[in-house]
Amino acid sequence: MGMAATESQFHVLAVDDSLLDRKLIERLLKTSSYQVTTVDSGSKALEFLGFHEDDQINPDSPSISPNNHQEAEVNLIITDYCMPGMTGYDLLKKIKESSSLRNIPVVIMSSENVPSRITRCLEEGAEEFFLKPVQLSDLKRLRPHMVKTKVKDQNLDKKQENQENPEEKLDKQEIQSEKLQQQQQMGNNNNKRKAMEESLSPDRTRPRYSNGVATVV
Amino acid sequence: MDRNQLQRQVALMRSSLIEQVPNPSLPSLKLLVGYLDEQQFLQLEDLQDDVNPNFVEEIVTLFYKDSARLFHNIEQALKSRPVDFAKLDNYMHQFRGSTSSIGAIKVKNECNQFKEFCLAGNAEGCARAFQKVKQEHETLRTQLETYFKLRRQAGLAETV
Repeated sequence: MGMAATESQFHVLAVDDSLLDRKLIERLLKTSSYQVTTVDSGSKALEFLGFHEDDQINPDSPSISPNNHQEAEVNLIITDYCMPGMTGYDLLKKIKESSSLRNIPVVIMSSENVPSRITRCLEEGAEEFFLKPVQLSDLKRLRPHMVKTKVKDQNLDKKQENQENPEEKLDKQEIQSEKLQQQQQMGNNNNKRKAMEESLSPDRTRPRYSNGVATVV
Repeated sequence: MDRNQLQRQVALMRSSLIEQVPNPSLPSLKLLVGYLDEQQFLQLEDLQDDVNPNFVEEIVTLFYKDSARLFHNIEQALKSRPVDFAKLDNYMHQFRGSTSSIGAIKVKNECNQFKEFCLAGNAEGCARAFQKVKQEHETLRTQLETYFKLRRQAGLAETV
């Protein structure tokens, strides 16, 4: 494990109630050159992410910039599906409903190949669905999702930098609610496309599918 | 035994553990037929490096620690009246996940048998299947322990 390029390493949060599987996924991720944090439950994951119950998507909320509330930036969350208490699906939902966390890509893992489960997760916004035991080759599919999100965040930061003028605060809110609308629209289109793709190709891991990058005009 | 011989022993033993065809060059070992899934076990070994040279052994140790706990729970659940099949299924599901993670295919197969009885609400069938699970589990443990011992010996010989 080299010290080079630590600054540009992606940070993955892995969630699994099985100690053995946590150790395994940690090793797999580190071998793939990611920084890793592991937690044993969905609630601990949300805690780590700095999740706040009232952080729901709200067009009137003044600050909707991702990653500001977290202690450490998380670039991707990979979670087991079957967990006591909060399942991976429940965790996914909470993340996608949170204005501060929804941009973080989420991947679901499961030891069971249940097509309806896979569809449900992907429709809820999961980027990938891996069957356990997860292979090193599966993890190769993670990087594009993390790169895409980083680029999107950089664009958003640039936009905010250019608008530090208080008089333009109103404009900022307008643009952000416009962005939200765009994302919601794209979200609807996404669901339809996913349902169609599902009937066409029943692969064990779905064909890679992008949730769309919303670029503000 | 010199380094080359030891390493050859390790390699032979490994292929016995994972291949379907029993290896006649190791008469002292029981005939091992497909105890471990090749791809999964080899992947675990691939994850070892200079910084983590004993990863597989650590994982296997975790596996046996975990299974001890789950077996205890299963035993309790089998003894209770009425038998809680949902609980049994849950414990076995957790255990089966672990067997899958280390590639223990024979043990996993016995878990599948157990699941059938569980779904059918057949407590006696579950108890019998569980005995088989435990047997395969112990056999695998013995083989793995020998494998790790040989590996360590080969490693030590290398540094001399």
